[in-house]
Amino acid sequence: MADRPPVIVGAGPAGIRAAATLVAAGLTPIVLDEAPRGGGQIYRRPPAGFTRPYQALYGFEAAKARRLHDELDGLAGRIDYRPDALVWDMRRGALQCLSGGRNATIAYRDLILATGARDRIIPFPGWTLPGIYTLGGAQIALKYQGCAIGREIVFLGTGPLLYLVAYQYAKAGATVRAVLDTAPFAAKRRALPALLAGGATFAKGLWYVAALRARGVPLAAGIRPIAAAGDTAVTALRYRAANGAERRIACDALAFGFGLSSETQLADLAKIPFRYDTLQQQFLPSRESSGRTPVAGLYLAGDGGGIAGADAAELSGERAALALLEDRGHAADKLRLAALERGLQRIAGFRAALETAFPFPADLAAAMADDTILCRCEGVTAGEFRRAAGALDAAEVNRAKAFSRCGMGRCQGRVCGPAAAIVLAAALQLPPESIGRLRGQAPVKPIPLAVTA
Amino acid sequence: MSERLTADVAIIGGGIAGCSTALHLRWRGASVVLLERGVCGGQASGVNYGGVRQQGRALAELPLARRSREMWARLAAIVGTDCEFMATGHIKLARSDADMAELEAYREAVRPYGLALELLGRNAIRARYDWLGEAAIGGSLCAEDGAANPRLVAPAFARAARAAGADIREHAPVVEMASDGTQFRLRTADGLEVCAANLVNVAGAWGHEVAVRFGESVPEAVIAPNMCVSEPLPYFMVPNFGVCGGGVYVRQIPRGNVIFGGGRGIADRERLRAYPVADASLDAMRQTIALVPRLRHAQLIRSWTGIEGVMPDDIPVIGPSRTTSGLFHAFGFSGHGFQLGPVMGAVLSELVLDGTTPTPIAAFDIARFLPLPTGEGRGEG
Amino acid sequence: MAASQFHRLAERDRPVVRFVVDGRPCEALAGDTVLTALLTNGRRVRSAEFGDGQRAGFCLMGACQDCWVTLADGERLRACTSFVAEGMRIVTRDGNGR
Repeated sequence: MADRPPVIVGAGPAGIRAAATLVAAGLTPIVLDEAPRGGGQIYRRPPAGFTRPYQALYGFEAAKARRLHDELDGLAGRIDYRPDALVWDMRRGALQCLSGGRNATIAYRDLILATGARDRIIPFPGWTLPGIYTLGGAQIALKYQGCAIGREIVFLGTGPLLYLVAYQYAKAGATVRAVLDTAPFAAKRRALPALLAGGATFAKGLWYVAALRARGVPLAAGIRPIAAAGDTAVTALRYRAANGAERRIACDALAFGFGLSSETQLADLAKIPFRYDTLQQQFLPSRESSGRTPVAGLYLAGDGGGIAGADAAELSGERAALALLEDRGHAADKLRLAALERGLQRIAGFRAALETAFPFPADLAAAMADDTILCRCEGVTAGEFRRAAGALDAAEVNRAKAFSRCGMGRCQGRVCGPAAAIVLAAALQLPPESIGRLRGQAPVKPIPLAVTA
Repeated sequence: MSERLTADVAIIGGGIAGCSTALHLRWRGASVVLLERGVCGGQASGVNYGGVRQQGRALAELPLARRSREMWARLAAIVGTDCEFMATGHIKLARSDADMAELEAYREAVRPYGLALELLGRNAIRARYDWLGEAAIGGSLCAEDGAANPRLVAPAFARAARAAGADIREHAPVVEMASDGTQFRLRTADGLEVCAANLVNVAGAWGHEVAVRFGESVPEAVIAPNMCVSEPLPYFMVPNFGVCGGGVYVRQIPRGNVIFGGGRGIADRERLRAYPVADASLDAMRQTIALVPRLRHAQLIRSWTGIEGVMPDDIPVIGPSRTTSGLFHAFGFSGHGFQLGPVMGAVLSELVLDGTTPTPIAAFDIARFLPLPTGEGRGEG
Repeated sequence: MAASQFHRLAERDRPVVRFVVDGRPCEALAGDTVLTALLTNGRRVRSAEFGDGQRAGFCLMGACQDCWVTLADGERLRACTSFVAEGMRIVTRDGNGR
């Protein structure tokens, strides 16, 4: 058992830095990643044969992307790197990994989960129409495939990603019809002092806004989406402006999102205890600043343990690897540990400011109209969810899921989960942290029945 | 000042059996308090495969199963919803000649109980069900059998029982229980006290924990039947099926998901948690594809399991306590209690109020696990 | 209404890949995901099972599971994480044309 190599799940910035840190200490970690090429989401590498330079793909982050990609490439031969590999189940001491249709049971003694995040959305009428994507999805279409999601695009939601993706689209030559932020100007003003502490990150955000304005892209704040119009695909977005006026913008594509949610299903299967995080408004696996969790041998790094962004993911990846090494008996570089944790704390402060500046509009979920589709996998409306939960007295989210089918589809609650929790909590007049949380179940993503062993 | 309740009957366990018992007692005018440590239907009643099946049962269970089947047909009238029960038919598949012989013998054995089974040979079964693979060489069809949505049934009985005046308390684990000869006194973790003339032990996998408090120690073990479900697929499989030997069981719901089970997960009875096991899921996937080749492209989207109480002879404990007057047991349904849940309410209410039930239950007597009383022979068996 | 949802802004200089959608010959570029291949040739990926119309993907990162498609031989693919291949035969409508 002492000879088992450490395992890292995820090859985004956190996983790459963790791998490099372990290799530097003489270990040969197994690195399992779902994607064919490392980099995670923000530093996603296009397929081989694509030619845009890093500057075009990553803008201000080009140097960071290059450094991380080179770092992963440089680890070749010194890590057991397995791309296109899905970890679909975990228990103490072993995980199940599917790659190329074949399943493998991988025993582990210590493991770093660096599973990243996904967009956090709130349904609104018409949101399942063709042409409507998440902000992350729109970014991937451009970065990874060189495509815009449409020809006349509206960007909607809140958070720094809203402005980043809209700017990337405008710069790439797409027609951005509007950027609509649910966060009011007042929220951003309130957060300004703390945002300034974000240094370069904040400056970039301002730059994107200024660049969009300079290109004549209409920006609006304090808005609320009303509905997407269209029959077989989206044709327009109706929204309410901050002054209460109803507006309508014609479009053939819409990208929206309200921040990110951590991917925590594997942490749940590994039986790491969860606690409700009031800033992120999500139940998160418990972890210390070191990346250690209450489960010996299990560590969390990056957005999979709590949203903090790519820079924090790099720091926490290295920090978790150093914790793993320390727990294996390696000497600890106390100065380095302290520097990493200082960096993480500084970023945490900035993230808190971002939440103040771009608050998650939970009111949109609580007030969701009954005929809005809540669970797009199973076609369950908010009204059906409320009725089924009420008809059999569900006071907890897994029970409401069992009665309504909301969350039972292929995505297992990734898309509807955050909004469904708010809908249920509002219906029960309880705080969201007291209605339970959707549990991770194996397989964490669909696997074929015909998998071979 | 803690709350104190008095009732004719106290029930420990809010699965289908317990909630049905509460409803039936209320119909007869008895006052009822039901104590459930979690939520009604939160354990085996809610996480099982959902098969509503008479075929394949031990003969001793057939009278109960026949009577219960009649209630399933009237479920909407009983609890206000049919809980998605459909009489799709159930096929027990033979994968060998020995299996086929077993099916033939069983068909003869159940005739006296009024259960009609249709045997299908190799050509007939594939002509009727073109989705069956070569591994199936025949089968036995029970047209009356089918399936329902297990998540809905106990909660529906609980709601109906409450509407009928039963006092059902959830999140109320019983920590103390005793009889003083005339009354049962129970106390929950929150200090709720219940006094009742009668006590019904329908505590499922924990039924033996209640029984032992009254001097009846029985060897109830636990299993965790490993369950899997696929993405929604075009609906093609109307009857659900199992196999001789019990290795895998498969059904498709009209929405399209294929639910299948086989093998064992891990049950942690003390921590009230249960976990599916990857190897069991993978094995069930293999067996399912062998029997239904067109499912090889389908995607598995979720697995789960639960905690089921099992007795060494694979049939439940049902009947009056042999030590304590007024105490009645029904637990240890050994992985096939779902279909029997509704009728347990009828039978237990009859035992409590009439001292007897028309449905034969002698085979389930708890005495079969208890040491012989000293100085007395117990005769055969 | 445009004939395709996705609009190529860059990376057009790649080998052509020929594939078939619902019996109709289409073209994409090597390195396109199946989702990109479908949406540069049309505006839908599948019909939602439970009655609420057409779907054309959502998250593009393998999280939402809304873009699963079927090939002519029955194989299932998640379109956004699978690459289009020469000769691929994709079926996006069921036997009833839905």
